[in-house]
Amino acid sequence: MPTRSIASRPLWMERPKIPVTVTKAITLFVVAAVMLFPFLYVLAVSVSSQGDLNGSTVSLIPKHPTLEAYRQILRNGAVIRSIEVSIGITVVGTLFSMIMTTTLAYGLTRTRDVPGSRLVLLLALGTLLFSAGIIPNYLLVRYLGLLNSYASLIVPGMISAFNLVVVRQFFMNIPEEMLDSARVDGAGTVRIFWYMVLPLSKAVLAVIALFYGVGLWSDFFNALLYLNDPGKWPVQLVLRLFVLQGQSLGSADPTQQSGQPLPPPQTVQMAVVIIATLPIIIVYPFLQKYFTQGVLSGAIKG
Amino acid sequence: MARTFCRSSEGRIPRMTSVVRSESTPLGPESPTATSAELPRPRRKSLWSRVWYERGMYLFIIPGFLFFVVFRYIPLLGNVVAFQDYSPFLGVLHSQWIGLQNFVNLVTNPDVVTAIENTLIINGLQIIFFFPAPIALALLLNSILSQTVKRVIQTVVYLPYFIGWVVLVSVWQSVLGGDGLLNQTLTSHGMGPINLMSNPDLFKPMMVLQYIWKYVGWGTIIFLAAISKVDPALYESAAMDGAGSLRRMWHITLPGIRGITILLLILNLGNILTTGFEQILLQEPAVGADAGQVLDTFVYFEGIVGGQWGLAAAVGLVKGVVGSILVISANKIAHMMGEAGVF
Repeated sequence: MPTRSIASRPLWMERPKIPVTVTKAITLFVVAAVMLFPFLYVLAVSVSSQGDLNGSTVSLIPKHPTLEAYRQILRNGAVIRSIEVSIGITVVGTLFSMIMTTTLAYGLTRTRDVPGSRLVLLLALGTLLFSAGIIPNYLLVRYLGLLNSYASLIVPGMISAFNLVVVRQFFMNIPEEMLDSARVDGAGTVRIFWYMVLPLSKAVLAVIALFYGVGLWSDFFNALLYLNDPGKWPVQLVLRLFVLQGQSLGSADPTQQSGQPLPPPQTVQMAVVIIATLPIIIVYPFLQKYFTQGVLSGAIKG
Repeated sequence: MARTFCRSSEGRIPRMTSVVRSESTPLGPESPTATSAELPRPRRKSLWSRVWYERGMYLFIIPGFLFFVVFRYIPLLGNVVAFQDYSPFLGVLHSQWIGLQNFVNLVTNPDVVTAIENTLIINGLQIIFFFPAPIALALLLNSILSQTVKRVIQTVVYLPYFIGWVVLVSVWQSVLGGDGLLNQTLTSHGMGPINLMSNPDLFKPMMVLQYIWKYVGWGTIIFLAAISKVDPALYESAAMDGAGSLRRMWHITLPGIRGITILLLILNLGNILTTGFEQILLQEPAVGADAGQVLDTFVYFEGIVGGQWGLAAAVGLVKGVVGSILVISANKIAHMMGEAGVF
């Protein structure tokens, strides 16, 4: 037992019993394994060679690891294109969402002073309670002429009321005296927002950006709804077509593939899964420490 | 809108005068109307000069305000197609009004009945099996003394929350599906294959399992926070009185998180007609509409795929109205039970 854990034990707490500790450890290990195992398995399949797969079960450490499946994907124009689309939508969409959310959140911090801002806040909060449903939203996007455009994936979801509340709560916790001193020095609203409020809120902004980014990256339904042209599809829709509906990819260059032995499609499928998950896995560890803080500053006060 | 501006500015004035009154008449409470009539009103700038003074702030408010009006409130008006024989070529303005015919068709449509049943069953299973899971996990995590172990476990259990449904279903498919890991193992041990992912009888339990897998870790955040707000002195005095760790959990921790539990339960009840739309849309084709159709997928397949706009909009409208009523009444009940509720 490391001494640290004993030191953190409150004096009144009895010494942990061995059977209890072991039970807890086993439970936690099982929970963690259930969470992680599927991803590790998918990763293993994606780097397995044909021989590994034919020999019944894939073990978590493939005997003959190969990147052939990934090479196959990198040669496939449709998958590459969809990845580019997803990256573009995620980056641009997150940027727009952040601008819209932070500006509105700041605008709603002083509801006592700014006439009408309380009404806007109530309008925004109302959307947490009710929403219009799929059909009216679809009709609106059609009337605005956004069908089949990337804007339809970004614009209708620019502000989430939940994220707005979180950011606003964070802004309101910035001491008013700091902002007042800037005001006395002659800084205008825009200047205060840019040079004081935003830099002080980096933690919450990181979390909100992650939420928007993950949402945009993982979204397939809006793309399914609004993009009729398969050439514009983001990677999640290609994944759905390829893995869940089992269709072969409309390869950009079929002649190139026919000449050489193909890796089993399952490895390619799993490679697409890994690629579609990769950005989240990369960003996740950097932002993880902010989660609790960011989520709770809006959800529970005090 | 102008009226609301006035109301909010009037709302401030009594508060200002009451401050003045308590300073000038420290001897006791008086009727507020009498005092505010006697005292000179504090000098207030007029509404428009206040608006002009804060003009910079409106730069920040107006884009977001327009966003909510256009993309969240105008679609509410779009629900009128529920009362129309809507045709995309004629548009909302020129389509034929047919009164409540869509709602009549809705009641007599057997698919709607199936969809409602499926929605309620899946949600019922979720409330029974999913809802307690994050509480249990939070209690377990809270009882871990080592901060390092706690952090590592949290990192791992939060992860599936950030994985989109397409990836999640693909991953499950590769483990439990037709030629997935489970079946390979079963066949290599001489057992017949069972496909868990496309079996209509198992569809609903699978939905709940996937839901638990994705959300259980994330759900613990709020309970862990609630647990950390419980006063440690309570635990200490309970321990002095001889309560073991299980008794302390039962008599201190659980009552301590009662409020937040009820609040989340209310939110769940309000969404009882909404259930994992993307999750089911992805998997419904594999098991068929009888097992998998829920209200949201009905709206999508009938309306946008099938062109029955009016009927689908009617289903969406009923669903939205019933959902709002449920949240509001559940909130009332929580208030009657002496809890804070959502609003």
